[in-house]
This record gives sequence, C-alpha cells and structure tokens, in this order.
Amino acid sequence: MSTTKPDTPELPQPSNGRKFFIQLTTGTDWRSALLTPLLAVFLALVIGAFIIMATGMSFGEAMNAYGALAQGSVGSLRAISETLTAATPLILTGLAVAIAFRAGLFNIGGEGQVLIGGMFAVLVGFSITGVPWFIHLPAALIAGIIGGAIWGFIPGFLKAKTGAHEVIVTIMLNYIALRLVDYLLKTNLFQREGRNDPISKNVEPTANLPGLLTALDPGLRVHAGLIVALLAAVFIHWLLFRTTAGFEFRAVGANPAAAQYAGMSVGRTYILVMMIAGSLAGLAGTGQVLGVLDRASPGFSAGLGFDGIAVALLGRSNPIGVVFAGLLFGGLSAGGQQMQATAGVGVDLVGVIQALIIIFVAAPALIAAIFRLKTPVASTQISRGWGS
Amino acid sequence: MELELTGITKRFPGVLANDDITLTARSGNVLALIGENGAGKSTLMNILSGLYTADSGEIRIDGAVRNFKDPGDAIAAGIGMVHQHFMLVPVFTVAENVVLGEEPTIMGTVLNRRKARGEVREISRKYGLAVDPDALVETLPVGIQQRVEIIKVLLRGAQILVFDEPTAVLTPQEVDEFFGIVSELKERGATIIFITHKLKEALAIADDIVVLRGGKVVGSADPATATPEQLATMMVGRDISLTVSKTLGRTGSRVLELESATMVDDYGRRLLDEIDLHVDAGEIVGIAGIQGNGQTELVSAVTGLLSLSDGVIRFLGEDVTKSSPRKLHELGIAHVPEDRNHMGMVGTFTVAENLILDSYYARPFSRGIRLNSEQIDSSARTLVADYDVRPPNIANQGSALSGGNAQKMIVAREFSREVPLVVCAQPTRGIDVGSIEYIHAQIVRKRDEGKAILIVSTELDEIFALADRILVMFDGKIVAERATSETTTAEIGLFMAGKTS
Repeated sequence: MSTTKPDTPELPQPSNGRKFFIQLTTGTDWRSALLTPLLAVFLALVIGAFIIMATGMSFGEAMNAYGALAQGSVGSLRAISETLTAATPLILTGLAVAIAFRAGLFNIGGEGQVLIGGMFAVLVGFSITGVPWFIHLPAALIAGIIGGAIWGFIPGFLKAKTGAHEVIVTIMLNYIALRLVDYLLKTNLFQREGRNDPISKNVEPTANLPGLLTALDPGLRVHAGLIVALLAAVFIHWLLFRTTAGFEFRAVGANPAAAQYAGMSVGRTYILVMMIAGSLAGLAGTGQVLGVLDRASPGFSAGLGFDGIAVALLGRSNPIGVVFAGLLFGGLSAGGQQMQATAGVGVDLVGVIQALIIIFVAAPALIAAIFRLKTPVASTQISRGWGS
Repeated sequence: MELELTGITKRFPGVLANDDITLTARSGNVLALIGENGAGKSTLMNILSGLYTADSGEIRIDGAVRNFKDPGDAIAAGIGMVHQHFMLVPVFTVAENVVLGEEPTIMGTVLNRRKARGEVREISRKYGLAVDPDALVETLPVGIQQRVEIIKVLLRGAQILVFDEPTAVLTPQEVDEFFGIVSELKERGATIIFITHKLKEALAIADDIVVLRGGKVVGSADPATATPEQLATMMVGRDISLTVSKTLGRTGSRVLELESATMVDDYGRRLLDEIDLHVDAGEIVGIAGIQGNGQTELVSAVTGLLSLSDGVIRFLGEDVTKSSPRKLHELGIAHVPEDRNHMGMVGTFTVAENLILDSYYARPFSRGIRLNSEQIDSSARTLVADYDVRPPNIANQGSALSGGNAQKMIVAREFSREVPLVVCAQPTRGIDVGSIEYIHAQIVRKRDEGKAILIVSTELDEIFALADRILVMFDGKIVAERATSETTTAEIGLFMAGKTS
C-alpha cells in the first residue's frame, strides 16, 4: 500500500509474492539486516524461558537450561566441534535455499536434493576401491554435486518449460527421493552384505572427509566438509554479486519482465539456479555421508533441507549471513543435546526456539513494534502467497 | 460543503512535505491542485483522507474545525477519495464492490444482493453514472471501473470528492466522459478537488487552480486566463518551453521495415493486422492511437519480446523476424519500454546496476563472467551527470528515484548506445514537466544525429511535438499515415476513434 509513505509516487508495484522475496533479500541497510535477526534470537530465547517455566520449572532452572545450552554449543572444544559439525550441512542447505530465493524461487526441495546427492556420493564412496584419497574424495564430492544438481534440474526445467510451480514440484520430489532411497538401500547395489535392514555399505576410508581436529582428540567430529561449506558460501557470494550470471539471477528474481526485456533468458536462469541450489544441498548430503555417517540409511537427510529454509531466512538470503545463521542453528542443535542431558529440558525446546526465531525474522514489523524501532512500518502487509 | 485548509504543515524525517498550506474548495466548484511529483500533493491528500495527521494547521468543513484521526473520520465528514490505483476486487461484481465494507445483510449474515443492486442503480440514475451492477469488475474497461469507484464514495455520502490523477489511466474518450461526470457532480453541488499534473486538463475543467511546489502553495491561477506555459513555470520554478524546437530533418536510408506484420493471439484475435511501416534514418515516426490498439504488441514485435504469426521485420535490410531481444539489442535497437517500473528497471537494483541492465554481459562491463565494477561505476557516474538524473547517487536503489528521474535513467541507458534505431514507448508517461522537456530534447537530438526513431504515445500532443510522420493505429491496423506538417490533431483524433481514410 502506497498510502503510508510520504510523497513517493511512481514506486513500482510488484506482486505481493515478489514483495515478500524483495523483503527477504534486501535489508534496507546493514543495521536492520543485522539488528532484526539478533533481536529475533533474543526474543525467542526470552519466550523460550517462559515456556520452560510453564512446564513447572523455576526461573533458576530455566537459566540453568540455557547455561547448559551455551555450555553444549560453545563451552568446550568438544562442544564447538559439535556445533561446527551440525552447522556444516545447514550452511549448505541454507545456501541452496538462499540462492533460489535470490532468483525468485522457493526451493522446498532441499530434503530430496540432500538425499539424492548423498546417495550418489555414497555410491562412489563405497564402490571404488584402491585409489588414493586425492582422487577418490573429489570424485565422491563431485558425484554428490551431480546427484543434487539432477534433483534440482527437474523442478527448474518443469518451471521453465511448463510453468509448473517449483514449490509443488520440489515437495513432491522430496517424497519421491525419500522412497527412492528406501528402495535403493534394499538393492544389492547399495545394501550392506549380510544385512536385512536398509543400510548401505560403508564408505571407503579414501573417500572420507577427514576430521579437522582428530589429531587433538579422535572424538572430535568436525570434518573437512566445513571447509567445503565455507568455500561454497564465498563462491556463491562471488557468483551472486560479482558475475554476470549472478546479475541475471538477481534481475530475474526481482523483476522477470525487466530481465526478459534486457535480453536475459528467464527460463534458462530458473534451470541454472535450481541446478546450483540442488548441487549445494547435494553437497550437504555428501558431507553427512562422507564426514559423519560413513554410510546412508533411510531418511539420513533428517530435516536438513527444511532447516535450510530457516537458515536462509535468518541469513536474509545473503551467503555470509547464511554462514552465521547456520552456525547459530548448529550451536542450538548441539547445545540442545547438552540441555536435555544435564538440565532435563527436552531437546524439543530447541525446535521451538528455532521456530520462534524464524517467526520473528519473517515478521520484521513485529520486532520493530516490540522494540519500538524507528522504522516505517507498513500498515497491513497483504500476502497472497509466494507465487511469481 | 465548503472545505477550508489553513496553515497545514506536515514534516517527515528530513522533509517538509507540506509547508503552511492554505486553500479553499467551494461547493459546486472544481479546484485543481497541480504540482510536480514530490510537490506535496499526495501528502496533502493523505491528510485530507485521514491517513496522516497534520503537525499543525486546521481543516474546516462548512466553518467547523474537523480533526481526522483515521480514514473513517474523513469519510464520516463527507470526504471521498478516488484513488489513481483503483481499490476494487476484480472478481466481484460492481454491486459487491460498491457495498464492500458496508454490506447490506439479511439477518446479519447473508449478503442482501437485491438491496446492493438497488443502491448502485439509485446512485447511477441520480448522477448519470451508467454501469451494470451485475458486471464483474475485471471485465469492465478502466473508465467504467473508475465510475464504480465514484459510486462507491457517493454511496458513503461523500460531498467533497478528491480525485488523484483521475485521467492517468483513461483513454481520450474516457477522459471526456469523466469530465462529463465531474460536471454532473458539480451541478449537484459537490465540492471537487482534482489532483493532476496535466495542465491542459486542469485548465479545461477547473474553476480554480492552486499550484504546489516544494510543499508550499506557490500561487493560484484563473483557468479562464492562464496558459499552460504560465502554469508550468509556476510548477517548476523556471521558464519551461512546452513546444519542442526542431528543424526540418533530412531522412536517409531505410532502417526499420515491417511488411504485413501480423500477430494473432491464442483466442484468434488479430492484435496486429497486416502492418506495413518503415522508419528511415534521421526521422521520428510517431504511432498515435488509443491505448490497447496494438501499440504494445507492435513494440514488442520490433524489439523481439513477442514473435509475429506472419509477416516480416527487416532491420538495416536484414530479416530479423525471429530474432531474440538480445540479438536485436546487439544489432542496434535501443528500447525505452512502455512501463518503466515493470519492465524498464529493477527497482531493487542500484542506479549503476540499472544502467547496465541490458549490456552487463559485454565489454567493458564484464570480462568473461566477471563484472567489472570499476567500469560499471565510472560509466554510471558519467551517465547520471550527462542525463541529469537526480539525485546523482549511483548507489541509490532504482525505486528511490522519482518517475521522471527513473525515466531519465532508462533514457540514459538506451540513448548512450550509438545505435541506428531507438524505439520509445510512452517516453514521458506520468512524469514531471521538467523531465518531459528534457527527454523530448534528447529524442530530437538523436534524430538530428541521423538515428531512426519510432515513438509510440497515447498523448497526441507528444506525437505532434516530436514526430515528422504520424501513423495511427486502430484495432491492430495502421489506419492512416500523415506528414505532421500536413495534418491536424482533429484529423488524427478522428482516425484514433476508428475512422478510416
């Protein structure tokens, strides 16, 4: 609604769905881009404390729980290692959602892309033997990228050629991927010899992502996938803001009609972006199977694709923001274990806190109202959906 | 009812949007409020409609001071707004839209359609606003949709009607009909405030004219004696020439040629029907016509955005009928699109990014896939200075620019390329007088450099000011062709309405 702005006629009137994307991807300035997420986290923790108390615990006990949460996420070398281990795939799936956001696409398919990417990587990881690690590991990583890219290509292609909405297609591909993995794990190709349950063969040591801190303590799980994730973030940032391809992605995302006018191919951009998004999520799955699990089992994606949506939202679809958001969510998830073990507060609370953070990030007006920030708050934001 | 504003002042952070505004609107009169974008018209209107509260000053209606805390108060006081962008639900009928928010119901639950229809019919009859209460709004032409908006405010008892740029979306015929409606409302004693930046319309319909500039009332004028030049000078604060000075051009070789260009849509409608036209180097060809007679499709075909069903397009002798927008861009067609916000720019991109929107992929702006930000920025700084884009900050978002400056940015991007053909669709729609003057001068300069120029405009004045040759489009056909020096607006107007030559 243009009615609450002082004398700014001729503002473009994007569709409501597009407004939503624009809001997500552009902080008006760095301050609000940083402030809103920080306040959202703070607010979510405060409400989380009330929820703990509502279950009959005292204020002191609630603070103890948060103490354990902090302890479990950053309180020791082991805790930090666990935080980084959990953050690694979240950064990648967060990037997978973020780059799609930038191009105006809602990639709900991270889950399926994680699974297919991981299955490709596992296949290369166990089926090739007798090659040195510097050939085997890159081959497995590339296989994971290809697997994810294929699963991203399908919705991108269908959207470009038929207009099929990527949200519907990616959700359905998640189901297909989930069941496909269940099936594949029972086939001779994947299933471990002598087992009846669906579990894959073990990845050869030459394809494992090496632990980064195992020299200090073999129990520290953080692995080289973290470096892959950080490099991916830097790469995506460079791609989006320093290359012609990124220029096209952002133009298509913000205004497809203008992109077409400028001679860009909107359909090709959709396909390319979804393939890159799929690759990133595929890498997340790859990191899990090569760095943490050593094998594939049913549903090993464990919600990483969906958590990626939250991470991308919190990181405002900025690759660097996504890294920090991924670290935060990784920390919450690592600390949650400790909280459950020592303070008796269920790890489910972490899920609630994460959800609250996202609600506050998605509703910046709420934050502004609560903290009386001097940002012009539009009256009612009318949203019909995310359709483009 | 008489509306009096005294000393209305409204300040926003960093902006004094309304500065001590005093004016009076009388019953049975039309007050035209004119001013450039950013002059404070919208702020004043929002204060009148109760969306903003003035920092100081008084609103009096029939002598009594009224303070509006919200839009409901303003409606209760008899003020009705007709917005530029209609607030209608497209899939509802006229009657449903009109009663929306105050629906007559049967036992408090079910919508009383019969009563709703009756209310619409009554207002229709009383004010001569013919409209079918059962028609779906989305099926109605824009002019009729505007009537629905007017009926809506009348039904709510408005006696002071505020129209925000009411003619911006109307065809010339619809404008005439709209003026008829305004006269009818006037006769019935309504107080009318007409916000516009079209000077001729203000002169044609107003009883009083008040000019705003920089948030202040800078003067008033009597429509009986004022001239458009005087008003423009008051609006802009400097002398403005509304006539484009240009010498006779010399035409050269053929640049663009269309032969039997035909476009048929999925429903079999002939959007373009056997169009033959040509544009030569050194001439401006103007396409006149009422919006929706195929001009958009013609421009889209020439620039590669839509493909023809039949016929040939030649550019510099080469068959480009099936060429993509990118190919045509590279061959040498510049395109200032009809809808600057929807197509001409990306609002969230910076000015610098918008200035390379269609040449980002080529040297010097990129090498391989890497963008060269130094080149992009230095080129942008030059263009912003050369084409007078204000404020001259290349890091601003495109959407932060006013309409006129956004259009100058697009013109800068397209005109800075040395190409044989420039296609301009609605080059000055909805922008301020100063920018119109500037853009017109740039178009003539291009022609004098020997470029071929194709202009599409629904503003007949603009066509006459710029074109060397005028073609009239009606129903997908070129129905007439005249040298500008050998025709009149009256003759062209008849062709626009469908007369064949």
